[in-house]
Amino acid sequence: MTNPTELKYASSHEWLAGDGKVGITEHAQDQLGDVVYVELPEVGREVTAGEAVAVVESVKTASDIYAPASGKIVAVNEELEGSPEKVNESPFEGGWLFQMEVSEEGEGLMDAAAYTAENE
Amino acid sequence: MDNQNLKKTPLHAAHLRSGARMVPFGGWDMPVQYAGLKAEHQAVRENVGMFDVSHMGQFRFSGAGALDFLQYVTPNDVSKLKPGRAHYNWLPNDQGGLVDDIFIYQAGEQEYLMVVNAGNIAKDWEHLQALAGDYDVQMTDESDQWVLIAVQGPKAAETLDPHTDADLIAAKRNSFFAGRLLDHDVFFARTGYTGEDGFEVFVKADEGEALWDALVTLGITPAGLGARDTLRLEAGFPLYGHEFGDNIHPLSSTYSWVVKDKPYLGRAKMDEAPRQKLIGLKLDKIPVREGYLVYQGAENVGQVTSGSTSPTLGHPIAMALVDANAADSEQFEVEVRGKRHPAERVEIPFYKK
Repeated sequence: MTNPTELKYASSHEWLAGDGKVGITEHAQDQLGDVVYVELPEVGREVTAGEAVAVVESVKTASDIYAPASGKIVAVNEELEGSPEKVNESPFEGGWLFQMEVSEEGEGLMDAAAYTAENE
Repeated sequence: MDNQNLKKTPLHAAHLRSGARMVPFGGWDMPVQYAGLKAEHQAVRENVGMFDVSHMGQFRFSGAGALDFLQYVTPNDVSKLKPGRAHYNWLPNDQGGLVDDIFIYQAGEQEYLMVVNAGNIAKDWEHLQALAGDYDVQMTDESDQWVLIAVQGPKAAETLDPHTDADLIAAKRNSFFAGRLLDHDVFFARTGYTGEDGFEVFVKADEGEALWDALVTLGITPAGLGARDTLRLEAGFPLYGHEFGDNIHPLSSTYSWVVKDKPYLGRAKMDEAPRQKLIGLKLDKIPVREGYLVYQGAENVGQVTSGSTSPTLGHPIAMALVDANAADSEQFEVEVRGKRHPAERVEIPFYKK
């Protein structure tokens, strides 16, 4: 699978875009299986990098999603409420989870090559 | 548990060839899914799928006292079986709980096969050995000798029938018989735990992999533990370690039909009315999982024992053990990550053919 080079990656499988959008990787959605529910953070919440801020539930299990950066939640992907399967279908685009106003990126974020190498 | 210490069934390599994702389960390294849980679930509901259930245990009982022994250690009436028939049964302890829930197959005049849950093999063996001394019965643990493949789905009989000398179309539910399937000597049982028609196929361990591969070429969809769990949950079947256990009164479930009026180990405790009842819950969107607390008003009345989003129904379902005096209510709440969500009581099974 191809991990977009313009994104940064956490070892816990979240991606962070330049505009502060956050989602989970193709690899993560594949490991989770069919996503049936997404619990998103409240807009306006201040979060710290590494903090559990959302939950993605597949048929089998609930998985915490960690903030890849510190800052404020400024938007959430409301389409996921009715169509959680977008996380499986389009993890890097339509399946984004929330958007942050980043004050500081978390430590240890990787580029696409490093993330791909870690998860091959 | 360390992955290196997990046991592998004789089909392990075949699972990897089929692209399985493996997970630890009851001490075994088992396939949780192949292509995808929903597709595997749907294959069993609408067509035909198969599961490796070789991790389950098989004990053989033979001798003049085999029937008397099994009558004493189980509450169902084993004397009603005859050669070639099987039934669902329990192994009660003497405290009103279950050591395990099991299937018993009568193989011959004084010969029975018991299939037990994978995680309970050692515990069941010890329990039964301790009780067998007073009876003229020989007990053999054949768990390593058999590969057990559960072929399940509405098209199970028609898919297998052209490839065997046995008459699968006419076979009765819960019947048990020998046959030849795709060049292998097997035993068929028209049993399963998915709520669908199907067969459980017993084949010698060293022939299991070849048979599995041959069944794949017939177009039978390999299905993993994930689909097995959502299928049995939709069908409302209790699972040991969730709805049944050493400290759960088994009559809290709807399975009172198992218990017949006869003497058996632990009957006095089993006769006491259960203080909890197993109910079905339906939620709007949020999946609820085992261990989540169930509320009525401010009061915690029980907890979820199994829960998932039902692939067939499209909404979350759960079984929960709640206080018997609260069980007749229509509305409950389930706490998910600190917030309570409404849950409506619904009949078990959630899905019926």
